[in-house]
Amino acid sequence: MTENGNNNDSGVTGNLWYEAWLRFRRNRLAMLGFFMIAALLGVAVFAPRLAPYDPFKQLLWTEGIKAKLAAPSPDHWMGTDAYGRDIMSRVIHGSRLSLQIGLLATVVSLLIGVPLGAMAGYFGGWVDDLISWFINVIFAFPFMLFVLAIVAVLNNPSMIVVFTAIGLVSWVSIARVTRAQFMSLREREYVEAAKAIGLPTWTILFKHILPNTLAPVIVQATLGIGSIILTEAGLAFLGFGAQPPAPSWGLMISDGQQYLATGQWWWALFPGMAIMYTVLAFNFLGDGLRDALDVRLKR
Amino acid sequence: MFSYILRKVLYTIPVLWGVVTVVFLVINIVPGDPVAIMTGQRGDEATLAKIRADMGLDLPIGVQYLRFLEQICRGDLGTSYRNNEPVSSAIRTRLWATAKLAFGALLLGTVLGVAAGVVSAVKKYSLFDYGAMFVAIAGVSAPVFWVGLLLLLFFAYILKWVPGVGYGDGSFKYLILPMITLGVRPAALTARLSRSCMLEVLSQDYIRTAKAKGLKKHVVVMKHAMKNAMIPVVTIIGTQVSSLLSGAVLTESIFAWPGIGRLSVDSLLARDLPMIRGVVVFMAVTFLFTNLLVDISYGFLDPRIRYD
Repeated sequence: MTENGNNNDSGVTGNLWYEAWLRFRRNRLAMLGFFMIAALLGVAVFAPRLAPYDPFKQLLWTEGIKAKLAAPSPDHWMGTDAYGRDIMSRVIHGSRLSLQIGLLATVVSLLIGVPLGAMAGYFGGWVDDLISWFINVIFAFPFMLFVLAIVAVLNNPSMIVVFTAIGLVSWVSIARVTRAQFMSLREREYVEAAKAIGLPTWTILFKHILPNTLAPVIVQATLGIGSIILTEAGLAFLGFGAQPPAPSWGLMISDGQQYLATGQWWWALFPGMAIMYTVLAFNFLGDGLRDALDVRLKR
Repeated sequence: MFSYILRKVLYTIPVLWGVVTVVFLVINIVPGDPVAIMTGQRGDEATLAKIRADMGLDLPIGVQYLRFLEQICRGDLGTSYRNNEPVSSAIRTRLWATAKLAFGALLLGTVLGVAAGVVSAVKKYSLFDYGAMFVAIAGVSAPVFWVGLLLLLFFAYILKWVPGVGYGDGSFKYLILPMITLGVRPAALTARLSRSCMLEVLSQDYIRTAKAKGLKKHVVVMKHAMKNAMIPVVTIIGTQVSSLLSGAVLTESIFAWPGIGRLSVDSLLARDLPMIRGVVVFMAVTFLFTNLLVDISYGFLDPRIRYD
């Protein structure tokens, strides 16, 4: 009977994902987000081939003074910065940094949020009280300021510190969603059955319940990537993230802001558009996944 | 009612203690010497030792923690390492600027967001709906500092309608751009939320009844549907406060606004650890108390919620 149940389960699960994909495909904004991210990944992977110039090369040496703060033109589609570097090449290379931080910080937040949420939801009682208390404590901090404080105190704005600090703060929403899922699933019959045949708790938690909680966790993680990328850009903008001469979008806006008043708007404009494009794409994708997987996220 | 409030207040206490403890751990337990970080490795060993002793950093970590807790309970957030200014008085002098900015942004965001969301829901799938929701999702996706810089470029540098950066004499015209910058995100979130809540309410039976008995459309929307659709909008004000405080850090930096956000960036850049510690605790406490107020006000807004 258990075997039958399992077969049934896997059949239903397969259908669920297939149906979700059909629903996703019908959602135009979701597909737009999907293709926007695919394009972005393509740009990031092939950045050295796509970028017309070396993102670090100061073209003042080859093109002379006209390469300094040159307005957008057929030679430099997004213009050049005060060091004579091609902004489009830097924006293209910047996609690597943003995506890396976005994905790595999400991995960190999943690694912390999923186990903690799972334990709180499954065990209940004092374990839940303790973990929920910790979630509420971390949730009380303004996200940006807390990440800034960690990076500043560690006094080391390397990429690993930045994505770890962001991950250390952003796991909270993942944990909340996982907790709610485990709480409702722990009462199901198949979990009772797994307990009755004497499976170890960890097997029940991660092999039997976890696969059924994936949908909301994936949605939450996708929506979270956008805010992680915004946070990284904010850190770099304030001088706590990527350091010069890294082609970081936030850093480029920070460098370009002083030239806005004198009319050289392109230095700060294009990297901002790149950030907005990326975050928009992840938001479209996350919204689409939520509708397709029929997930109601708890606020 | 009283016991509900008491329970909420009592529940906030352990969270408050957790907040203070986490801040202490982040600042004091991280690898590296806080004094070396603050002084930027300058100064000889004797000077560093003296600073360490002055700040009580040479004491065992447990004693430091108890001292810190005792200070916080007395409302003493410590003294700035940079200019010896008490942290609480530094916060007090900058509180008004930040409060003005945050309230302005919240008000603007809520009014604009609710209006856009309600009209979008009533005119579902219209050009207005698509346009407003596209602007809303773009508003959630754009970096707040970039939006601020673009507003500065257009309205201050090109059109010259408003002054550029700075607090000036504190008059309203200086507040306009920072307020819009910080208000974009709450407006976008509120618009999306009020649209979906309104749609849900509009599909309910009592709305059909109201329409069927011949009430005018605006009466149904404004009087019958609004009341219920707005409950979730009010409840997210609590979480908005957190994002407003985070946003204030960036907005105040761009506009040279003399508030707590700017104070925090300045102290982070100077590695003024006591000031960072104090500001982070203050912001977290502000967030907790706002949420406490929102929690308590639920029952007034939604009689279905019982205080038991």
